Amino acid sequence: MSISQSFMLAVKSLSTSKMRAFLTMLGIVIGVAAVIALVSLVNGMSDEMVSSFETIGMKNISVMIIPRGGNRRISTSDMQKLIDDNPDVIESMTPLVNMQATVKRGTENNSTTTVTGVSEAYNEINKKTITDGRFLTYLDVNDRTRNCVIGTYVKKTFFGMESPIGKTIKINGYPFTVVGILEETADGEQGTDDDKIFIPYTTAEKISFTMTNTYTVSALSNDTVDKAKQVIERFLYGELGNEDLYTVISMTEAVDMVSDILGKMEMVLVGIAAISLLVGGIGIMNIMLVSVTERTREIGIRKALGAKPWDILSQFVVEAITTSAIGGIFGIILGILGAYGLGKIVGLNASISLSAIIISVSVSAGIGIAFGYFPARKAAKMNPIEALRHD
Amino acid sequence: MIEFKEIYKIYNEGEGENEVRAIDGISWVINKGEFVGIVGASGSGKSTCMNIIGCLDVPTSGHYLLNGVDVSTMNARQLATVRNRELGFVFQQYNLIPKLSVVENVELPLLYKGVPSSERRKTALEVLDRVGLADRCKKLPAQLSGGQQQRVSIARALAGKPSVILADEPTGALDSKTGKDVLALLKELHREGKTIVLITHDNSIAEQCKRVIRISDGKVTEDFTREAVE
Repeated sequence: MSISQSFMLAVKSLSTSKMRAFLTMLGIVIGVAAVIALVSLVNGMSDEMVSSFETIGMKNISVMIIPRGGNRRISTSDMQKLIDDNPDVIESMTPLVNMQATVKRGTENNSTTTVTGVSEAYNEINKKTITDGRFLTYLDVNDRTRNCVIGTYVKKTFFGMESPIGKTIKINGYPFTVVGILEETADGEQGTDDDKIFIPYTTAEKISFTMTNTYTVSALSNDTVDKAKQVIERFLYGELGNEDLYTVISMTEAVDMVSDILGKMEMVLVGIAAISLLVGGIGIMNIMLVSVTERTREIGIRKALGAKPWDILSQFVVEAITTSAIGGIFGIILGILGAYGLGKIVGLNASISLSAIIISVSVSAGIGIAFGYFPARKAAKMNPIEALRHD
Repeated sequence: MIEFKEIYKIYNEGEGENEVRAIDGISWVINKGEFVGIVGASGSGKSTCMNIIGCLDVPTSGHYLLNGVDVSTMNARQLATVRNRELGFVFQQYNLIPKLSVVENVELPLLYKGVPSSERRKTALEVLDRVGLADRCKKLPAQLSGGQQQRVSIARALAGKPSVILADEPTGALDSKTGKDVLALLKELHREGKTIVLITHDNSIAEQCKRVIRISDGKVTEDFTREAVE
């Protein structure tokens, strides 16, 4: 008897007890759906992160110097000199002076916003676009002007529909003149990248009474990132003499780290989901055993009429595979829908992973074989005389 | 041709009191085209005989030649092939598969023979026509009367064109009227040249057969051939 005949028998047998077939499949459906939905969501998360890193720029290197009283400091001019001395690998840099500041306009509007002190190179390095006015200039930095560039959320909050250019807002009590507006990059909400104010780092150092400890350095190209990183590390080690006093991380390393963490997370999630696949498989085995016992007489009849042990074995194995494969197909559909649905809820673009689909389908078919084989072998080995006598 | 040479079937051999000699040295030759009734009380060993003739079981010792081929040493797979090619079964309880339609039941031996589906259907309908049930082919067994179900099982036994039809108490579950009809059908098949072995405990049924072999305690006690059957 051929496999296609076994398949027809399996479909017939399953269709005579639909409810049971459905319940048997349920474990596989849930298992496959869980694997696909989870993998797709994690993939989506990973894609989103990589693309957000890419918009920032893969050539960027983040430099952080741990402040320690009494030690030799690295000044912004030291850093600038390093940049100027290595034009073959480094393009530019910006200091970053982050502060949480109270922002006011007039007396009514009042909110806490991230204010970052940067150099004129910042918008180039981080690929920020100005929609209105201008970004900060070398003169702003050099003269410690009280000019600022604001994000769209800040504009919306303090100016509504009016044009903010040339108007004044107060940052921690100091009046600043708005000279430019940044293009909206997030969705214009509070706490996002649009809820930001940029001021010259020189001014920021002064009003926050801190020194610059953080820099973003941009390598000349993606190929010189590693070289640039080495140059910076060598310089900092030479100045500070202790590698614990600074960290230098390139964006590519950061992306690798994040993907690594996400990959591990994915493995754990898939592992958990795989347990339900296993439970589903055991469910199939259980039902197949019941089915073999119930159909003992049928097996006896088939054997009397000339069914070979292989025919009986393949009939039941194919039935188990069909059950789990149909469950797998429903699981894929449910998993894809679930991934998009959950993605909508948590605000992620699910990225359906073909490999997850292929793996979960082959795993569910494999479960059919593995867990169908034992009951099927029991059926195939039945003594026809005893099977015929069974009622 | 069904040839038994010193067939023994012994259960729990060598276990003293537990030893059961279901067949205790039987030899016979049943020729092609014969209509043989094997008669015996329950426990006489006739069911074991039927299992061995039907290749559902193998003897403990001795040789069974079916059409000249020794089947007593075959494995499960080979026996299945022999059952499929050479034997047609008619059981007391009909043994139709309840969820398959009448015609699908009749097709089963052909399915295991590897006959393509259109040819299977054609042959099945031919034999159903032969037993007068072609019009019921789409019905499920449970929708038929006992006599009809037994005729379906005879059709199934005929479908594979076996050399022997083995009927185990074929009228046992039927009332006397339908039982007679079924017997008449078997006789008709005999007249058409089929070899038929009928196993029964009922003497009145056995009397319908041309040759009667009586079994008791695993041994043949009587084997005679009647000159004419009415």
